Amino acid sequence: MFPQHRNVVVAQTQTFCVISLESNPQTSSEPASLPAEDISTNSNGPKQDSLFDDDPEDLFAEATEEVSLDSPERDVLLSDGPSPAITPITPPTSVITPCIGHAHDDMFTHSSFDEIEEEEGGDSFDMHISVSDPEKVGDGMNAYMAYKVTTKTSMSLFKRNEFSVKRRFSDFLGLHSKLASKYLHIGYIVPPAPEKSIVGMTKVKVGKEDQSSNEFVEKRRSALERYLMRTVKHPVLLKDPDVLQFLESSDLPRAVSTQALSSAGLLRMVNKAADAVNKMTIKMNESDAWFEEKQQHFENLDVQLRKLHASVESLVCHRKELSVNTAQFAKSAAMLGNSEDHTALSRALSQLAEVEEKIDQLHQDQANADFYLFSELLGDYVRLITAVKGVFDHRMKTWQKWQDSQMLLQKKREAEAKLQFTNKPDKLQQAKDEIKELEGKVQQGERDFEQISKTIRKEVSRFEKERVKDFKTIIIKYLESLVQTQQQLIKYWEAFLPEAKAIS
Amino acid sequence: DTTFRSYSDDPRAVNVDLQTDATLQVDISDALSERDKVKFTVHTKSTLPNFKQNEFSVVRQHEEFIWLHDSFVENEDYAGYIIPPAPPRPDFDASREKLQKLGEGEGSMTKEEFTKMKQELEAEYLAIFKKTVAMHEVFLCRVAAHPVLRKDLNFHVFLEYNQDLSVRGKNKKEKLEDFFKNVVKSADGVLVAGVKDVDDFFEHEKTFLLEYHNRVKDASAKSDRMIRSHKNAADDINRIASSLYTLGTQDSTDLCKFFLKVSELFEKTRKIEARVAADEDLKLADLLKYYLRESQAAKDLLYRRSRALVDYENANKALDKARAKNRDVLQAETSQQLCCHKFEKISESAKQELIDFKTRRVAAFRKNLVELAELELKHAKGNLQLLQSCLGILKGNT
Repeated sequence: MFPQHRNVVVAQTQTFCVISLESNPQTSSEPASLPAEDISTNSNGPKQDSLFDDDPEDLFAEATEEVSLDSPERDVLLSDGPSPAITPITPPTSVITPCIGHAHDDMFTHSSFDEIEEEEGGDSFDMHISVSDPEKVGDGMNAYMAYKVTTKTSMSLFKRNEFSVKRRFSDFLGLHSKLASKYLHIGYIVPPAPEKSIVGMTKVKVGKEDQSSNEFVEKRRSALERYLMRTVKHPVLLKDPDVLQFLESSDLPRAVSTQALSSAGLLRMVNKAADAVNKMTIKMNESDAWFEEKQQHFENLDVQLRKLHASVESLVCHRKELSVNTAQFAKSAAMLGNSEDHTALSRALSQLAEVEEKIDQLHQDQANADFYLFSELLGDYVRLITAVKGVFDHRMKTWQKWQDSQMLLQKKREAEAKLQFTNKPDKLQQAKDEIKELEGKVQQGERDFEQISKTIRKEVSRFEKERVKDFKTIIIKYLESLVQTQQQLIKYWEAFLPEAKAIS
Repeated sequence: DTTFRSYSDDPRAVNVDLQTDATLQVDISDALSERDKVKFTVHTKSTLPNFKQNEFSVVRQHEEFIWLHDSFVENEDYAGYIIPPAPPRPDFDASREKLQKLGEGEGSMTKEEFTKMKQELEAEYLAIFKKTVAMHEVFLCRVAAHPVLRKDLNFHVFLEYNQDLSVRGKNKKEKLEDFFKNVVKSADGVLVAGVKDVDDFFEHEKTFLLEYHNRVKDASAKSDRMIRSHKNAADDINRIASSLYTLGTQDSTDLCKFFLKVSELFEKTRKIEARVAADEDLKLADLLKYYLRESQAAKDLLYRRSRALVDYENANKALDKARAKNRDVLQAETSQQLCCHKFEKISESAKQELIDFKTRRVAAFRKNLVELAELELKHAKGNLQLLQSCLGILKGNT
């Protein structure tokens, strides 16, 4: 274990391989989104491809009002009310048994979905949202931060090319809550909103105008901007009237139910617990390998991204420490230079102090890049993957509901068969009616399951494309920040070297 | 044959102006680290008649270096010299503990992780080892370079006697005695420092050294903290590289090649970052630590001179008293003459020593600051090349 040392002198040389390549600027092009149709105020459901057109208007009008004040993940199984799912036309090769994957693959691979989308024509994605100008409104514990949300776009979906509104954090949470309640349970990956922080906000409310509360506000501002951009990049969510209203309308009803300690908040927590228990008890016969494979993939990705995130967070922390310690060393070196009585050495030490001071600022800037580019990217994706996993869970629940209906139908049929031999015409009729109703439910259940499965395939494909693009773009930006730091370091040390040599 | 070695990447003799001549050259040619001790092979080349051979080696341990140093300090004849500071005790405890923990945790990590960590810890151990060798060597070289100390008998015994010097470490009682001696010295030191010196040169030196010593101490501590943060950041980049590698092997999209390339990049850049921290440690932190010890040795010299001055003044007073009473005048006169002679001898050699100290200090700082800047540049350029070439590949493929 302990190195034996025969000869202490060790030559250390390093050679570096130089490859110079042209660097191509990253061009961003978004896939074509769904057509921008007229959105009447009545219909606020997700518009599917026109291939599966139907009339969801009435169903949706009610559902939205009911749902927006409730918890976003209201368990659909809890109520027998109007199911916000759209009834799609069953594809020609549908099957009643749960073995679906196969047949659908032929007709509805994600590539063909893309073709369909592009065929619809319409605007290509051209939109930029910025969140800026955080402003404290009010005083004390009722104070809040208002952010300016500016949209710049050439898409015909919007009345104007550029417009701004003022929004507060709970507005963003309210938007997410509405979108989640409408879309999550039918398989859409709704980007999660930035996390609440009671501690962070309290500092701001209390009026601490210090660096840590400024950092908190900036962190939040940046997170809100990324959240909105991710949301509007989703072709279906972009068209949602709640999203449009959020971006455009100057008045927005206050989203009360988003407060952490409200009754709605508590209901959310209870439902989350119920969901967790339900998940454990659902044993689905997964006949479609694609889903199993994807779930495993996201599971692995989750683990690895969390690990990487933790390491990057540690780097941010140590880089900040390095900045602080470098600044302290700089001061100390300056003092040493002052007391040095050899003039040339004294001057060189003072210059060393100056270099180190500049370098400490460099470390601070790099720590910011570490955080805002790398760390936040990972944090966002850890949360996004939770949403993805949620969508898979909803599919399981949809399957379960279908299975339950089927079992109930079976029971009712058996009961009806028994009733045939009794002389109770009323009860028999009742049983026949119930069976008819249940048959409809079973058919609906199957259609829901197929629909959510199809939606998820599409969503996952879109998600993966976005993921690849996001990671590539941001990591390249991050590497560029590292390049800049090194270039600056070279500048500083090159300026110092002659000073050191001048000591005589 | 004169040998002037270049010490570009070598931690040895970082802080000493190495103008050794052929009459006496000392170095540590080998070193062995065992359980709880380090054995240094001290190698001497000399044309002096004092030695039986022209070239010879002995094995010495840390305690024997300390014994030699202390013998200089206790020698009244050397009161007028800056005694080269003793090398610090080799301290592998932390490193050893880490290696042991790693051995215990072997089962809980993959083979690659284990090998990687083991390599890093061994490198760390090696770095500490090289440093302690360097510091012990510098001590000997300073002694060998000093016109008077190089002739010291104990030094020759140290170099030549090929048996164990049977110098045990100080026992508790002796350590306690040392402690009290130091307490008395610092109390005295404060008293004596308060007395304004008639001699401008020494007055200036006193003010200068007191302030300088404190500031070097502060700078040394701050540079250590800065370098430790740097090491921590390099370790994080290491973990990031590993995570990216795992992501790269798992991913089924375009990202897999991307992640693998970035992982490879970070593996290389973190090695450079670790080198930066190590070089800063050698060129900056060690430099400051060394001058912390030397400035202390210089302060000790000033203290001894002040003591001699006090003794001289007391002897003068005693002589006046004796003359007034006309008793023991001869005795008082002899005593006064001795004190005077001692004081003047110390003052004369101290002046030269302090001038030499300044020369050495300026030369060492110059050398190390230049080398520090050159290494920082080299590493930054290396990092830059790696980053730019990787970016070129990544951008070209997307």
